[in-house]
Amino acid sequence: MKKLSVIAAGAALIAFAAGDAQAQATLDAIKKRGQVICGVSQSLPGFANPDAQGNWAGFDVDMCRAISAAIFGDAKRVKFVPTTAKERFTALQSGEVDLLARNTTWTMSRDVQLGFDFAGINFYDGQGFMAKKSLGVKSALELKGATVCTQTGTTTEQNLADFFRSNKMEYKVVAMEKNDEVLAAYDSGRCDVFTTDRSGLAADRTKLKVPNDHVILPEVISKEPLGPLSRHGDNNWNDIIRWSFFAMLNAEELGVDSKNVDEMKKSANPEIKRLLGVEGDFGKMLNLDNAWAYNIIKLVGNYGETYEKNVGPNTPIGLSRGVNALWSKGGLQYAPPIR
Amino acid sequence: MAVDVRDTARAPETPFWLDARYRAIMFQVILLVLVVGFAGYIFYNTYQNLQRRGIASGFDFLGSTAGFDIIMHLVPYAASESFGRALLVGLLNTLAVAAIGIVLATILGFVVGVARLSRNWLISRIASIYIEVIRNIPLLLQIIFWYQVLGKSTPGPRQSIDIGGLFFINNRGLYMPAPVTEPGFWLTPVAFAAGVVATIVMHRWARARQMATGQQFPVLWTALGLIFGLPILVLLVTGMPFHWDYPKLQGFNFSGGMVLIPEFISLTFALVIYTGAFIGENVRAGIMAVNHGQTEASYALGLRPGPTLRLVVIPQAMRVIIPPLTSQYLNLTKNSSLATAIGYPDLVAVFAGTVLNQTGQAVECIAITMGVYLFLSLTTSVFMNWFNRRVALKER
Ligand SMILES: N[C@@H](CCC(=O)N[C@@H](CS)C(=O)NCC(=O)O)C(=O)O
Repeated sequence: MKKLSVIAAGAALIAFAAGDAQAQATLDAIKKRGQVICGVSQSLPGFANPDAQGNWAGFDVDMCRAISAAIFGDAKRVKFVPTTAKERFTALQSGEVDLLARNTTWTMSRDVQLGFDFAGINFYDGQGFMAKKSLGVKSALELKGATVCTQTGTTTEQNLADFFRSNKMEYKVVAMEKNDEVLAAYDSGRCDVFTTDRSGLAADRTKLKVPNDHVILPEVISKEPLGPLSRHGDNNWNDIIRWSFFAMLNAEELGVDSKNVDEMKKSANPEIKRLLGVEGDFGKMLNLDNAWAYNIIKLVGNYGETYEKNVGPNTPIGLSRGVNALWSKGGLQYAPPIR
Repeated sequence: MAVDVRDTARAPETPFWLDARYRAIMFQVILLVLVVGFAGYIFYNTYQNLQRRGIASGFDFLGSTAGFDIIMHLVPYAASESFGRALLVGLLNTLAVAAIGIVLATILGFVVGVARLSRNWLISRIASIYIEVIRNIPLLLQIIFWYQVLGKSTPGPRQSIDIGGLFFINNRGLYMPAPVTEPGFWLTPVAFAAGVVATIVMHRWARARQMATGQQFPVLWTALGLIFGLPILVLLVTGMPFHWDYPKLQGFNFSGGMVLIPEFISLTFALVIYTGAFIGENVRAGIMAVNHGQTEASYALGLRPGPTLRLVVIPQAMRVIIPPLTSQYLNLTKNSSLATAIGYPDLVAVFAGTVLNQTGQAVECIAITMGVYLFLSLTTSVFMNWFNRRVALKER
């Protein structure tokens, strides 16, 4: 009954919480407590993973750090709350966390029915399959009759049903709550294939004993636009998340990174001047300091830097930029201008 | 002489709020108002919060498409079915584990309870070691342990353990032939029901006759004949209107037949082992509560040990056993929700898990789930209380 009571407690929080009606309630609460509370994955290398000392690292973790930098001028004022796929939405709805940066797919029902606002798409992804090489499977279309392991409470679970149904293939699904349990079940042979977002597959593969014994099948069966999200209704807070992300993208596009950011303050380029708070009052608009974006870039880095550091080709995850390259380099990442 | 009665009869002047009778009622009213007010406040506040945060509320979601599959379903189910249907599937999966678990745990518990009292040193030692070890390890660990043992000790589908070409054991479960009914089969279950009804009638009649004339009737054999013999006869007469569907290896997995998935097997097994230890202790306590004089009196009357146990000891022990047995049944049912840990699709995993996550309607989903458990528990209690009254000592 423990699981049930955790969620029941979340539900009770909804019942008792005094409503946060006024604008910028979330920002005020964060400033008062001196910390951003960020819901992240439990342990997904490259995205959100605590090391032996409990220091969190990863692409999603950097998103949280960037927001902390924008608010406090300090990237370390974050409390990370690991959430399972299943618990994450209750945690956000009930106010247990201020935002989720947790491999979460932007879908219509999550945006509209669950009462959230997505702040952007910081990772364009799609669902794939991983199988043992020894099984000799070359394509997802050969998976008729297979047993598939997946995590409960994900879009993955639903896409899987759609994929097999539309291809008129039988299958069995073993759905578990924790990603590590799913992976263990796959590893022990309970399932023939493992399915999740392809970024997740790449990350999870590094956790297996011999990563090279497993192949990621070529098919991408869904669109998984991943991004940070907050509760519906506090627009100022959502704007802060959104523009923290856009600032990182704009910085990459303008060639501003954590190493050259101080020099760039002297740049003659008006776009850079606005980004770094040399010109204009863009921080103030968000109820933040005008150096908000400067702090993000200085303390966390631009989008490209966090990508390369956490999940890029030179990391064990080894994901090339692909569709996550800037629009100017043939990808989909495109941020509106700061002006 | 006129006496003013009113004056002497009048009670001493106590204000009504100090009057014990009024006070008792008043406190109850205040308490009721507070409880109702509190419930109303929570309801209102929840509703307001959900509205303000733009979270959907209400129970309409039960009708919308679920969109996910469930590995074990006792009624037809597919991803295109509704969330309400998924609720039913989860509930039936919970009931399946609970019902099978209760039956097996009761049998195990009685065996262990009696074994613990055995004069045979080895048997009673084994029983008490089992009870002490199992009762003192958290159930969640035991469930995960058995699941791991099962997973690690079984081969993949292509190397399945083959028992006579009919049963196959592998890490996807226990596969066995499934009977598929043909037209005309319906007579067999009807015959079974008729057999049960006839047995009850026959039992009453036999008892009445024994009371009246002292003559005994072979109740057990007649009952077996009615309950099992009759349906088998009907099956034969109607020309066996069913055939077997055998499991076959096809591609990745076996298909056809029936399968007990490892999650079901290990969850049920763990619950039975765990609850059986507790029931064993209840049974031992119950038997020990029966005064030894009863047994001696029975022997003195010339009853043999068998009838003594059956007619004297057990009926009296049952009075002590049943109340704690009821709470063990309730515990087993509620503990089955630990299923989530190994991915068995029970009510909590399916409904308070996946459905809750997909609809985001935590308050509604949790309320329904709690309501269902409450209903199951109350039903079990009502039945067991009824049974308890039946076996209770009747003062004559
Ligand atoms: N994008 C999907 C799946 C999200 C998800 O839970 N992904 C898994 C695998 S990529 C994960 O992050 N697991 C990490 C964990 O549970 O700690 C969704 O939003 O529903």
